[in-house]
Amino acid sequence: MTVEELKELAEKELERQHQYKHRITYCSAAGCASCGGNAVRDTLAKTIKARNLEKDVEIAGTGCMGLCGEGPLVRIAEDGALYQRVDAGIAERIIDEHILQGKPVAENLVDTTNPFFSSQMKIVLENCGTMDSERIDDYIASGGYEALAKAVTEMQPAEVAEEVRRSGIRGRGGAGYPTGLKWGIVRKAQGEQKYVVCNADEGDPGAFMDRSVLEGDPHRVLEGMAIGGYAVGASVGFLYVRAEYPLAIERLRLAIKQAERLGLLGNRIFESDFNFRIDIRIGAGAFVCGEETALIRSIEGKRGRPRPRPPYPAEKGLWGAPTLINNVETFANIAPIIRRGSAWFAAIGTPKSTGTKVFALAGKIRNTGLIEVPMGIPLRKIIFDIGGGTPEGTTFKAAQTGGPSGGCIPAEALDLPVDYDSLATVGSIMGSGGLIVMDSTSNMVDVAKYFMEFCVDESCGKCVPCRVGTVHIHGLLEKISLGNGTTDDLALLEELCQMVKDTSLCGLGQSAPNPVLSTLRFFRNEYTELVRAPEGFVPAGTPNEQPLTR
Amino acid sequence: MPPTPQEKTHPSGDNRFKLLDRVVTKHQARGDALIEVLHAAQGIFGFLDNDLLIYVARGLKLPLSRVYGVATFYHFFTLKPKGDHTFVLCTGTACYVKGAAAIQKAVEHRCGVKFGETTPDKRVSLVSARCVGSCGRAPVAVLDNEVAGKLTPESAVGKIGEWLDIPGEAAA
Repeated sequence: MTVEELKELAEKELERQHQYKHRITYCSAAGCASCGGNAVRDTLAKTIKARNLEKDVEIAGTGCMGLCGEGPLVRIAEDGALYQRVDAGIAERIIDEHILQGKPVAENLVDTTNPFFSSQMKIVLENCGTMDSERIDDYIASGGYEALAKAVTEMQPAEVAEEVRRSGIRGRGGAGYPTGLKWGIVRKAQGEQKYVVCNADEGDPGAFMDRSVLEGDPHRVLEGMAIGGYAVGASVGFLYVRAEYPLAIERLRLAIKQAERLGLLGNRIFESDFNFRIDIRIGAGAFVCGEETALIRSIEGKRGRPRPRPPYPAEKGLWGAPTLINNVETFANIAPIIRRGSAWFAAIGTPKSTGTKVFALAGKIRNTGLIEVPMGIPLRKIIFDIGGGTPEGTTFKAAQTGGPSGGCIPAEALDLPVDYDSLATVGSIMGSGGLIVMDSTSNMVDVAKYFMEFCVDESCGKCVPCRVGTVHIHGLLEKISLGNGTTDDLALLEELCQMVKDTSLCGLGQSAPNPVLSTLRFFRNEYTELVRAPEGFVPAGTPNEQPLTR
Repeated sequence: MPPTPQEKTHPSGDNRFKLLDRVVTKHQARGDALIEVLHAAQGIFGFLDNDLLIYVARGLKLPLSRVYGVATFYHFFTLKPKGDHTFVLCTGTACYVKGAAAIQKAVEHRCGVKFGETTPDKRVSLVSARCVGSCGRAPVAVLDNEVAGKLTPESAVGKIGEWLDIPGEAAA
């Protein structure tokens, strides 16, 4: 494959698409597929056949269209009309009324001018909703693999790493380490064999961004990994995906095969001496494997247990070789950065957190689904404009970001800009992008207990603070939530949280107390309402009978 | 003389081991493919019993302790047989916030066993998952590989009633 051949392929595909008068896309991501999306696809195909429209109408299954709570979703490409809650009957009417008579089916039409759509900015998800997820030609027609061609044929590896550094992009897995810096370290590290690893072990409960990207636009991730391989001098990449995402695994396998067939992965890519192949490794349900050293052990076929850092994987990673590990969303941003330049990317978002972030909106919110917003957008805008606020009759209480490693952000902090540093000031983290909204009906002590139960279960057991500490924190929370706790227990809880945070080996343990600490910070009254003074404690100036608060 | 495929096959003559052998060969019997091979083994046999673990250990030339260690570390692998039907309840944050706990209680009450267990008649296995990634439709459960969203305790118990062929409950 040469650059010219790539261009030809893109033109040929565009020509093919233009043969059709209409293009109907349906969401083929897991969210819509789980509520009858496949039946909608079948009805569309059947109706098109029955009306003899096969030459005029093309149907394509695309990535997540965003409004997951209202699926299945269907979109008409030429006018951008979006239909929600489509069933077989509506699908038939879309063909008969919208396509044949030009009259939209009003009752299922989504108002695409509302802020859910207009406040978003799509880079990672730019192809989701328009591009066929299973056809490499469609990806190439949307500018796919152009960035890889540019990197390999026009740029030196050091230039590629420098371009990524200049874009200011930070790791989208949650911690926010500058990606360009990491690439530079791996590039300079000594070693004959280097590896690129894509962390697609999206273990945060309540997060489905990476899943949507992998299902909707798998080639974008492969392209990002290949560019990473070129920049750091690696010839092998591993994509570590959760076993819980069978559709993503299937699409990735297909995508790798397609890219190999066209010579976009494999040997002598774009007739250079750059070789790169990608293997899939399937996880087996261990949250700790999202931690990079544990993930490396898991790829090596061992128990996924972390090890102390340094040495960082950038120096000693997979089988002791320098290894570049980035998250799915980070790799998904690489191709646009190379294609459109670092200056374009750096201008989006805030100076210290550039670009966009994909969030999975869920919980007590009207519009659940997948959104992509520029960094620095106020939280209020995400929740009330894009998300439509909490359901009727309830009020917003907290937004939880970062899953079991993050914290709860209270209503007072709603005007906070969403970027790495601002979220840290309120004791939360950006996290991978799960954003769960809680309303007045949620009990914050229970929420903290829920996350701690998760950490008890997922602690790998290697270091004592995490293995034992999480169990005791959970025990104390249980005691307090049942109303049996005392103020002493509360003090002990805080002390224990601090200890686990300070002394655990890896990110899991170090961040496990975050949900407790942040709820203690902002919703302390919910804890104090539940605890009483310890036995035998008589506050000065009160009668002997100590009333129980509960 | 190199061993022929026949010699490698399990003494029981169970043909499923041949499928597993093929996976081992595909990975060139490399130890680092252990997790892949265990996935395949569980896919073929449904669960990983001791005999199967020993077979995998020999095939990959790994100590049994390592194979057992990996099989028990990861939640996805199960060392016990599953029931005819599986009810996988998502306990992710979004489902939790939207009331997965009530569904859990109702289903456990209906089946008489806790999540992580199988009913004594081996008809229904209750499994909890951390997050199935369909948070938009919370609370969610995966019923025999089909995702069911926006569940209520009643509808969840109703689904189990369908499996157990109890018409009254199915209507609930």
